[in-house]
Parts: sequence; structure tokens; C-alpha cells
Amino acid sequence: MSGEYILEVENLTKDFPGVRALDTVQFKVRRGEIHCLVGENGAGKSTLMNVVSGVYPKGTYEGKVVFKGKETHYRSTKDSENDGLAIIHQELTLSPYLSIYENLFLGHMKTRFGVIDWDACLQDSYPLLERVGLKEKPQTIVSKMSVGKQQLVEIARAISQKAELLIFDEPTSSLNDDESQKLLELLREFRKEGITCIMISHKLDEVLAVADSITILRDGQSIISYDLAERRVSEQEIIRGMVGRELKNLFPKKEPDIGEVVFEVKNWNVFHPDYHTMKIVEDASFFVRKGEIVSFCGPMGAGRTEMMMSIFGNSYGFGASGEIRLKGEKVEFKNPKDAIEKGVGYVSEDRKSLGLILIQDVRTNITNSSLPMLSKYGVLDKDLEMKKAEEYKDTLQIKTPSLFQLVRNLSGGNQQKVVLSRCLLAEPDVFIVDEPTRGIDVGAKFEIYSILNDMVKQGKSVIVVSSELAEAISMSDRIYVMNEGRIKGVLDREEATQERIMHMALID
Amino acid sequence: MANGAQIEHISFFELAKQNMRKLSMFIMLGLIMIVFAILTGGVNLTPRNITNIFIQNSYILILAVGMVLVIILGNIDLSVGSLIAFLGALSAMIYNTGIGLIPTLILSLILGAVIGSFQAFWIAYMRIPAFIVTLAGMLLFRGLTYIITNVTPISLRDDNFKKIASGSMEIKGFSIGGLDGLALLVMVVIIVVLVWSTIQQRARKIKKGFSVLPFKYDIFKILALSALIVFVFTRFAAYRGIPTVGLVLFVVTAVFVFITNNTVIGRYIYAVGGNAKSAKLSGINSEQVVFITHVIMGVISGLSGLVFTAYMNSALPQAGDGFELDAIASCFIGGAAASGGIGTIIGAITGGLVMGAINNGMSLMNIGADWQYVVKASILLLAVFYDIWSRRKTGLG
Repeated sequence: MSGEYILEVENLTKDFPGVRALDTVQFKVRRGEIHCLVGENGAGKSTLMNVVSGVYPKGTYEGKVVFKGKETHYRSTKDSENDGLAIIHQELTLSPYLSIYENLFLGHMKTRFGVIDWDACLQDSYPLLERVGLKEKPQTIVSKMSVGKQQLVEIARAISQKAELLIFDEPTSSLNDDESQKLLELLREFRKEGITCIMISHKLDEVLAVADSITILRDGQSIISYDLAERRVSEQEIIRGMVGRELKNLFPKKEPDIGEVVFEVKNWNVFHPDYHTMKIVEDASFFVRKGEIVSFCGPMGAGRTEMMMSIFGNSYGFGASGEIRLKGEKVEFKNPKDAIEKGVGYVSEDRKSLGLILIQDVRTNITNSSLPMLSKYGVLDKDLEMKKAEEYKDTLQIKTPSLFQLVRNLSGGNQQKVVLSRCLLAEPDVFIVDEPTRGIDVGAKFEIYSILNDMVKQGKSVIVVSSELAEAISMSDRIYVMNEGRIKGVLDREEATQERIMHMALID
Repeated sequence: MANGAQIEHISFFELAKQNMRKLSMFIMLGLIMIVFAILTGGVNLTPRNITNIFIQNSYILILAVGMVLVIILGNIDLSVGSLIAFLGALSAMIYNTGIGLIPTLILSLILGAVIGSFQAFWIAYMRIPAFIVTLAGMLLFRGLTYIITNVTPISLRDDNFKKIASGSMEIKGFSIGGLDGLALLVMVVIIVVLVWSTIQQRARKIKKGFSVLPFKYDIFKILALSALIVFVFTRFAAYRGIPTVGLVLFVVTAVFVFITNNTVIGRYIYAVGGNAKSAKLSGINSEQVVFITHVIMGVISGLSGLVFTAYMNSALPQAGDGFELDAIASCFIGGAAASGGIGTIIGAITGGLVMGAINNGMSLMNIGADWQYVVKASILLLAVFYDIWSRRKTGLG
């Protein structure tokens, strides 16, 4: 029985206080295949992988996990790593101030007589980087690289440990299309070498492109497993299994009602926060009109997030210069508070470390930006606060047992809705959302698109920074294409195609 | 939405379990009192001793109130011990000019605010870690104390000053059955206010359609708190009445419980401590919040210095040595998190009382400072271990 399957999960049940995260899950992975695990946010995918890899030690769950024919008794991920099972988490776990090669061998450095042989480590790092297709010097400090590149380091680290089973948790969620393709190619390489891969993903096109088998989880239960060698499965079929209902449209319909220019940025420049001579954004000019959704597309490192954050009250970089006009008037945002008060909201791409306060409850996270509005003489009207929080919880359909639940216990999509609520409650005229759908499932994505559509319907303006071209094209009225810190051009809704955007970014 | 309140049905055991982390420090304080009551044959519960516990720990408890704000912010303040000496000496010098007690009090608090702003400036706007700024402050203000006092104690011109610490509030001749009348009256008033406000709050919540717990738990809470109040106040009444410093402590606690729970700045302190970057992007002026918090700490150090000077009846150059560590320990025993964002005023006060009760009980048993340190260290470690362990277990916090 141990031959065919490398991993077998039987009747796995895992409880958190007040929530049953996994409910008698069955899950089998064949040796040498690419097995994709799909499901909505909160369906239990990450929890399942955390149990398998020993993040939740034996005894905190019920049921059986069998790896390579033996039942596992992992006390930590260290045990599972030694067993040949590595997990690449959605959140990167590199040590930010160390270099690539130091990170690669962290915890299992080459030693000679107990002394680390850094030369050997450095030497060994070249083929590893080569294998994952990362073109950087091994001495580069990890925190100076983009998230996409950091992820490649993480993968290189996992394969350096002779892993037999690699688990990827949303590997492409912070990668652009080109990098995603490379990553999928990497998975196929691994398959050829006999390494088994499990991939958790929300991107169904990618799933269908690489998977040998697919398992769907919904509400903590394993719904169905497909063997793609036996028959083909369509995206619609998978989505139906994930949500338990048919999703007719991935993107809600939007009838544009566009007015005059509300927000305009001219000749924006900003420099790197550490290297003051390195220009991150160069001479960028753009505008947004009333009732318009405008997207910013471009490869990773194009400077989109950096530009938005520096505009939003100098939250990024050094020596920002340029002109901002809000409703025709020239304005300056000294800090985020200033920007929010003048009617600009910003939702960060990094909701966990820049968007939310994870140790606080849902209510507090929703109202944090609007406390002065909810108070008199500095004293909070707590009833009003509750009412407002309740209102946004209902309109944005935040799924939480109560407003007093800590946001860290919510799923990604619901966390994102909390951040959106916080920004909406402050009533912005211009709403900048950075990768609003990163790492969240199809159903929640649809809801977030609807929220953005509702905003423009109310006469507000929305700026979306998006790495998913399909999303940008279907959602926006205009698309700015950026690369290497410059705005390379702008496309109308009608003329925008994925090819044109890529062409504009990379070639024009 | 707001039509008809829901009553959450929950068993007593479940409710207690949910609130275990909040309740644990009260239980710990109760257990410590009981253990020492057994060991000392009840001496630690006598009216005189209960009053003494409050008086002897008042300046630490006051400090802990400020310190917990700093800790919630994710910072630490090492300078408060030296500040107590410095501000205590200044207050004695001001008082000795003969301008009276109230002006001395006001001036001391203002001086506290000024010194607080000095340190707060470096921390908030120059971005120097609070640990370093206040470490410098600890040395600086100890030095300045020695300079202004010539390393000799400053005695006070009359006995009025010391009443802040050791005096009690009394109305001459108002006594009931040999007990101090004012203390009993205040006790009754507090209980009435407690009952009234609980009922009011409940009615308000029901009216607004928020969910409430069954009424019996409110009654249980009132009974438990009343029992505690009756215990403390009858002790006060049987000795000298309510100690003045008890009033000071009560006012400080009440003001800061209100600030942390019901004001914008209070919320901002939690937000900045919980995640400074995210707070900043949410439109919170985090520098200002850090600044204000450290100014508050300065003012509170001024008050604590005043109380300590009154307690010693003179300003000592070595005053306040190590108080910063007692105050910090109180906060952590009381459930504050070193990483910031978590902590309560009531927790810090309870933590301070835990330490005070141990000091007091062991002193009554004639156990010296040597073993007191050992026991306090164990309690600190255990309390924080329990806190972290229970948080990890439940996956909350």
C-alpha cells in the first residue's frame, strides 16, 4: 500500500476555538505527481498542509497522516523536513537581513570541524539558484529583492534539502504572469526528477496547466478528487465544487458613468529609501476621473506600489517630488493621516503587516482610521462605533463569529474585507487599492470587485494596482502600464488585451 | 438590525473558561493573600496591614499605570526611578519655599510633563529607541538629583506634605459603631453606583439591540466586586479611614481606565503598539501618539515622586532606585505583552498588588529581602509563562 501513494491523509479533523477547520478530510497524493489543492478561503487548505508538515504537532488533531507508508509523528516542521517534506509558505520565512546564500543554508550549513564553510555554501548556492532561475548574486541581501525573487530563494532552499515532497502554498500569488509561468515550469521540472509537488492555488488556469490530480476542499471537508489522466475537468466544474454554486461571471458587470478629473498626479519622482540616488519612480503622470476605475499594470518591480505609497503621504521612499491635484486644487500630503483627511484612501498589498493590526479585533480594525469621526472631544462613542462596524460587516459580508474576533483568526478574503471596511468608513473620494485580490479565492474576489464597482457607482474614483492582467482588463475603464519606474502608456478598456499590455510594458 | 436584544446563553463554566486569562491575575492575588493569611495566622488581613499594603505600594502602583501605557506602545521606560528622585527633590525644594501644597503638586506635575516631553522628543521624533533614551535619562536624572541635592536628603519644612502618603480622609467625629463613618459611606456609595451603572449599561445595550449575557452573571459580577469593596473598605474603616493616597490612586486609575477604554488617544496607543506601520497607514499620527504617551509617563513620575517624598517625609537622593523594574514587572504580571499592543490598567494595578502582597506577607513572616527577590522573580516568570502558554493554547491574543 505504500508504493503508489507518497502521502495519505485519513479522517483528519482539526479544531480551533469555535471553528472546525478540518472535518474528516481524506486526501491522497501519488508518488511523483503534481497534486493541486483548491478551495475557497477558509476552506482549510493551509490548515491541512500545516498538519501534514507538522506545524500543528501530532496530538493537536484527530485522524491519520501517512507519509511514505509510515504514520507521521511530527513535533515540528524540523521533523518533517528531515523526513523529506518541505513546505513553502505563502508568507515568506527568510531572514531579511541575511544574504541569499546565507538564507539558503540557514539551519544546515556546510561545516568543517564545526566551523561553517562559507565558501562551500557560496559555491553550492550557484547551481541551486540556477535551478530555480534566479538571476541574482548569492551575496544579495534578501530584503533588497522583490517578493517574487525572495520566493525563488525559498524554493531553492527547499530543494537543497533533498525534499521528496514539496508543498507550495499559493506560490504564484505574489508573482507576475511571467514569473508564474516560470514557476509552473519549475514544477514540471521537479516532476521529471521524481519530486512530488502539492500546490495550493486560487488560479485555476495554472492549476489546470500543471496538475495531475486535483482535490477540492470546501468548508473543511474534502469534496472530491479528480485524476486528470482519467478525464478532463473544466474551470467551471472546479469552481462549482469549490463554492457549491455556479459562478456565472468571474467579474461583475459595470456600467461606467464617468465624470470630470478628480485626482491628478504630475511628474512624480521618488528615490529608493536607502539608496538616495536610485530612482524608483521617474516622471510619472496620471489622472483618474469621477466614477472611474483605473488599473496600473506592469511586471514586479515596475514601481507601482512604491509610487502609490509615496503619493499616499510619503509612506515610501526618499525625496518624493511632483504635483498632486485633488478636484483641481493643488494639495500636499504630509503623512497618511493628511491624505486620509483630504479624501484619499489606500489599501496596502501587504494586508498582514501593513493593513491590519492582527492582535486586535474586527471592530477595532474597521474603525481605526475613523476614530475622530466617531468621537466627541476625544471621547469615543462606543455604541456608534459598534453600529458602524456592524454596518460594514453586513454590507461587505465579513464572515466572522463576532466583531470581537481577532482578525488574525479570519481567512484572507475576510481580512481583506476588514481592511476595505476601514478605508471605506473614512469615506474617501479616491480609493487606491493595491493588489486587492492577492491570495484570496474566486468567490471573495467577485465580492471585492463588486465592492469596488459600488464605490464608483457612488461617484468615487478607484485606482487598482493589479498583477493579474485578466482582472485589470475586465475591471477597469483605463489601464496604465508601468515598467522600470516609468509609465509606458495608457490603454482604454476596449483596446486592452493581455498581449498589448505586456508588449507596452516590455517592448515599447 | 436594532430590534430586540439577543441574550447569549452560556454556561457559567464556559464563561469562566473564556475569561480565564483575564481573571487569572485576580485569582493569583487572592491565592497569595490566602496563603499568607494561613502562614501569618491572619495578620496580613488585619485593617492596619491592608491599609499599609496600599500605602507602601502606592507610588509603584501609580508608576505602573503610566508604565503599562508605555509597554502597550511597545516601548519601555527605564528612567522613572531616577525621575522620582529628581522630581521628588524638586517638589521638596518647591514646597520648602512655602508656596503651599496644591501649587507644589501642580508645579511637580508640570515639571514631570516637561521632562517627559524632553525624552518623548528623542523617542518620537528623533526615532531613538525608548530603551536607549530612557537609559540615558536614568543616568542623567540620577546625576542631576545628586547635583541639586548635594547628595544629602532634603527635609520638608512641615508635616503637611507627608499627609499625601500617610494621611487619611476623615470627618471629625463621624463614626459608626467604632468604624470610620466616611469610609463606610464611600463604600455604600461605590456599591450603589456599581449596581446602578451595571443596570443602566444593560438597559442601554438591550435598547440598542446588542447582545447581552444572562442577568444572573451581572448579579454575580456585582456580588463579587461588592464583596471585594466591602472587604477593603471595612478594613480601612476599622483602622484610620480611607488613606489619602488611596484616593490619589483611585483617581489616577479611574482616569486612565477611561482613557484606555473610551478615548481616541487610548485606542491609538493600542493601535500603534499592535502594529506601528499599519497604524501609520491607517492615518494615525504615530509620532504624536508616542510623544503623548511618554509625556504622560513623565507626569505620572512627577506624581509618584511627590507621593514617595511624602511617604519618606523627605526627598532622598537615592530615592526610586529600582522602581522602574518593579513597575515594569507589575505590568507583565498583569498580562501586558512585551511586544506591545496588549495590556490593561487594571492588570498593571493587580500585578503591582501581587508584588506588594508578596513583599508584605514575607516581611510579616520576617523573611528578608533576599528571599523576597527570589519569590518575586518566580512569580514574574510563572505569570508571564502562564499568559503566553494560555495564549498559544487558545490561539488567541
